[in-house]
Amino acid sequence: MSRLEFITKDSNEAVKEELYKDLERRIIASPTGLCPVELTNAFINMCLAQSCGKCIPCRVGLKQLLVLYHKILNGEGELKHIDIIKNTAETISLTSDCAIGHEAANFAIKSIEGCMDDYLEHIKNDRCTCNSNQPVSCVNLCPAHVDIPGYIALVKEKKYDDAVNLIRHMNPMPITCAYICEHPCEIRCKRNIIDSPINIRGIKRVAIEKSKNPKVLDKYEKTNKKIAVIGGGPSGLSAAYYLSIMGHEVTIFEQRKKLGGMLRYGIPNYRLPRKELDREIDFILSVGIEVKENINIGKDITLDDIKKDYDAIYIAIGAQGDKKIGIDGEDAKGVFSAVEMLRIIGDDEKIDFENKKVVVIGGGNVAMDVARSSIRLGAKDVDIVYRRRKADMTALNEEIAGAEAEGCDIIELMKPVKIEKRADGSVKGLIVKPQMISFVKDGRASVKDADEKEELIEADVIVVSIGQGIDSTQFEQGGITVKRGVIGALTTCMVEGNEKIFAGGDCVTGPATVIKAIAAGRVAAANIDEYLGYNHILKHNIDIPLVEFDDKNPCGRVELKLRAPKDRKNDFEPIEYSMSDEEALQECKRCLRCDHFGFGAFKGGRNTKW
Amino acid sequence: MVNLSIDGKKISVEEGTSILEAAQRAGIKIPTLCYLKNVNEIGACRLCVVEVEGISKCVTACDNQVKENMVVRTNSKKVRMTRETNIKLILSQHDFRCATCTRNGNCKLQALAKNFNITENDYDIHFEKNNWDKKYPLQRNNSKCIKCMRCINVCEKIQKVGVWDVVNTGSKTTVNVGNNKNFDESKCVYCGQCVINCPVAALTERNDTEKVLKAIDNENIITVVQVAPAIRASFGEQLGIKREKATEKKLAGLLKAIGFDHVFDTVFAADMTIMEEGSEFLERLDEIREKKLPMFTSCCPGWINYVKKEYKELVPMLSTAKSPEGMFGAIIKSYYSKILNVDDKNIFVVSIMPCIAKKDEVTWDNYKDVDCVLTTREFISLVKSSLIDVESVEEEEFDEPFGEGTGAGEIFGATGGVMEAALRSAYYLLNNKNSDADSFKEVRGLDGYKEAVFDMGNEKIKVAVVSGLGNAKKLIDDILSKKVTYDFVEVMACSGGCVNGGGQPIDIYKKDIEERAKVLYDIDKSKKIRFSHENNAVINCYKNYFEKPLSHKAHEILHRNHIEEMKNIVM
Repeated sequence: MSRLEFITKDSNEAVKEELYKDLERRIIASPTGLCPVELTNAFINMCLAQSCGKCIPCRVGLKQLLVLYHKILNGEGELKHIDIIKNTAETISLTSDCAIGHEAANFAIKSIEGCMDDYLEHIKNDRCTCNSNQPVSCVNLCPAHVDIPGYIALVKEKKYDDAVNLIRHMNPMPITCAYICEHPCEIRCKRNIIDSPINIRGIKRVAIEKSKNPKVLDKYEKTNKKIAVIGGGPSGLSAAYYLSIMGHEVTIFEQRKKLGGMLRYGIPNYRLPRKELDREIDFILSVGIEVKENINIGKDITLDDIKKDYDAIYIAIGAQGDKKIGIDGEDAKGVFSAVEMLRIIGDDEKIDFENKKVVVIGGGNVAMDVARSSIRLGAKDVDIVYRRRKADMTALNEEIAGAEAEGCDIIELMKPVKIEKRADGSVKGLIVKPQMISFVKDGRASVKDADEKEELIEADVIVVSIGQGIDSTQFEQGGITVKRGVIGALTTCMVEGNEKIFAGGDCVTGPATVIKAIAAGRVAAANIDEYLGYNHILKHNIDIPLVEFDDKNPCGRVELKLRAPKDRKNDFEPIEYSMSDEEALQECKRCLRCDHFGFGAFKGGRNTKW
Repeated sequence: MVNLSIDGKKISVEEGTSILEAAQRAGIKIPTLCYLKNVNEIGACRLCVVEVEGISKCVTACDNQVKENMVVRTNSKKVRMTRETNIKLILSQHDFRCATCTRNGNCKLQALAKNFNITENDYDIHFEKNNWDKKYPLQRNNSKCIKCMRCINVCEKIQKVGVWDVVNTGSKTTVNVGNNKNFDESKCVYCGQCVINCPVAALTERNDTEKVLKAIDNENIITVVQVAPAIRASFGEQLGIKREKATEKKLAGLLKAIGFDHVFDTVFAADMTIMEEGSEFLERLDEIREKKLPMFTSCCPGWINYVKKEYKELVPMLSTAKSPEGMFGAIIKSYYSKILNVDDKNIFVVSIMPCIAKKDEVTWDNYKDVDCVLTTREFISLVKSSLIDVESVEEEEFDEPFGEGTGAGEIFGATGGVMEAALRSAYYLLNNKNSDADSFKEVRGLDGYKEAVFDMGNEKIKVAVVSGLGNAKKLIDDILSKKVTYDFVEVMACSGGCVNGGGQPIDIYKKDIEERAKVLYDIDKSKKIRFSHENNAVINCYKNYFEKPLSHKAHEILHRNHIEEMKNIVM
């Protein structure tokens, strides 16, 4: 017998490793609307299976928690059980010997405290407040509720026009979204259970590239109602598009030279090509929308004037304001805000970064945009300074990786303290204080000052990218409700206490995603139509191809390839390649068609009108 | 056309056909349980699974369409194994104490279990608790519910009422009143369409047969029974008597055999209703034209419940005439008790109705003359439990003085019947002569939404007839949005009318509503008298008691005030 063994392969453990991964993916694919009591019960059950069984609170306490959960789930719950669960869970949390026990108990505590209403409904009425009424996760999670399985099926059949028309029924900006949507639809894709989510945005990109003759929905007869849309960004354009189809006369008031809002003045060409944006805007305007550019509300025309001349107003001014960092030296020459810099680029005006050393402050997508744009403008060195860790950045991972690949350096855990000026008032550099990571607060790791000296990061240009604000002054003066810096609109886009005024998009939500702004535009269009006394239903009659019965064997996800960093960093040309035909077909085939299978067959996987 | 093979048979069907229908056309049987054509094609029970060549997973036949060159096998080893397992899983959550179940012998699950030769089941049995309040006319027993979802879709899609929904999630998923409401707060109108479409006994009517037997057994009580027209169209189906022998006289014989003291025909009261409602219609014609809103019939309690819950603004346009059932109850408790010279408290009135909503109707204010309502199904069970030899029971006449009914009253049980009967008498009232009895047959037939214009001499009358509350909703929405106008509208809550009522016999294999309606129209045709106003019993009833239609007494006893009654409806 040997004294020691070196085990390289344990088939039992290997199977379990796979099961853990399967479970992880499965949890990611959880549909919305599940019962918190039953889920917590299931999770505690799993935790109990992980218990080593040594200490009482974990081994017995979790078991007793399960008994209590069973009672509640079986309609035998009593109000006192809430206290017993809380007590037991607290005891387990406080006295278990290791994380397996105390964190399991924390499941129960978090769930019972956060979802008390549901626990009470189970105890008092033996039923749950939740139900599975949203059968198709991707459609449910898309803020615009685009019929995703529908257009994937159409792309698979190469019916690209139908696919684009189907998207435009709910979202008039498929081109934009094909390039830059953050695709919340992919998060809970049921395909996660098998392998990984469908590349939905990639498939949309195929649709918009191959579609030759997309059609506008049939326009309704003229209503002779006049609607003013203030702001020609994604939200304003979407609202204008649908309102115009409904037969209303729409005028967009745009502050800048050109329409597009943040799509033009916030997102660089290499991510969203101008040509494509213009194609999108031209299509929207083709329904017959009047546009007044270079109009400043308050300066060129007052809100009251507009109120007088129009039957309804949609405010969609976005979040275009700078946010100052509030440190000394911010007035130095060479300090830009991200909004300012991207606006100059958006108007195709010159900005001289040639051979300059640029420091970008911030960790969001916009910070990545300005950093990567700086590289393209010829900066010799770009540093992205961030107070927390790279992992804490709010920018998408692919954006961060893209910036790094193009030569930007990320300097983590540095807090800006002061901007040093040269004698001529220009920027000399950024003084930063080193940070260390600290406790998790509200689910996010916080930072604190490290016991290290301040440092100077030399710079010719500093771009501050720490978020945007909303220029609501003019509107506030015009009597519009403004709450905590944003326009106070309801979920219906109506502005409380303001007759005939609606608002949506970033100016209501604060800086958010393009798809949310688009979705708000459609909501506003429907409710403005209703406010004006109409009920114009927008309906499509696009045939959705039948399901295939292919076996769904695990298959990798097709990712969109990028131009090599060494090439792409020299220009503002688009960086992302589309899928090939065969890639698109394979990706479309991976779709599980939740509109047909599962709950979709019962509760309807499809809305053909709104 | 799509070419495919099923179990080796080559067939060709239209594009869009489901695998299930393709198989049916090829004469191949695929078992179904949750499937309800066009209403519930959701693949929930997984008993219609088949094997399709090239696919490892089983495919449901009900909700998947045929494809070119598809090779289907409906009875392979894999299919048999999975079907059997699935049926055992369904049984593990279903209270299958069949011997004490109202659907014993008439249950789709029971029949499937028998056909699949399921004689044992290794799964533990866990059925849901049943805590439904026994007071409701409509009963849900979740220990029997198999979550086929049919009731949800019937209520949602056909009736557009939407009482039922999937509630809870995960292993606790079940069917119950939706939106976290209690049944009291739901919009249920008691049409009972969910009941007749439930494959098991999860949905039934409240069983009131004991109450009736108690009254029959009480020697101090005089029991009076009336039987609705639609019963004669269906009662034979589950008593083993042929259609030709299941006559209304046989029905009268059976009721006497059960032990009722007086056996009357609701057809008489239907004729009374025509006198009142027809006269009311002509009296209100100016109001109807002025408001551009029609008068609506009021004999269907499911419809009355619906309009009061969903379209309160139309309540004033309901005819104030009571339903035939309600009128009969009121006549028994007033006029007839005088004839018999007994206190009306000693008379127990029973109605045999094709309907569950009638059990609700008799609880309404000013409507409580009927003491108990039994559905056709309860009546059948009463015949069976009374150990009556149905074959040998003689045909009998209905009792006088309310024994006579006309052809017009007979057709009340089918969609369009009330309208047709009313028009026959309205024509007489307007022209002082009869039209041909078949002049108004345009309103017959099972279409859910019919309209017609009739030349009534000096007047043109525009009518609509709808059945099924989904159709009623469509009609009302069209009226309210001023797309259409009518003078007179008949609404029946159940598709096809009372012949398809929520209280009618349930056949798990077939449903022939047309055949039932034909029985009524055949009787109408065979009757000597086909006009309500020529019914001698009706004429005598007015002569001896009510004077004339819409008289003060008639208003007091035969009409009602809907707006007053609405105050008692839970909104």
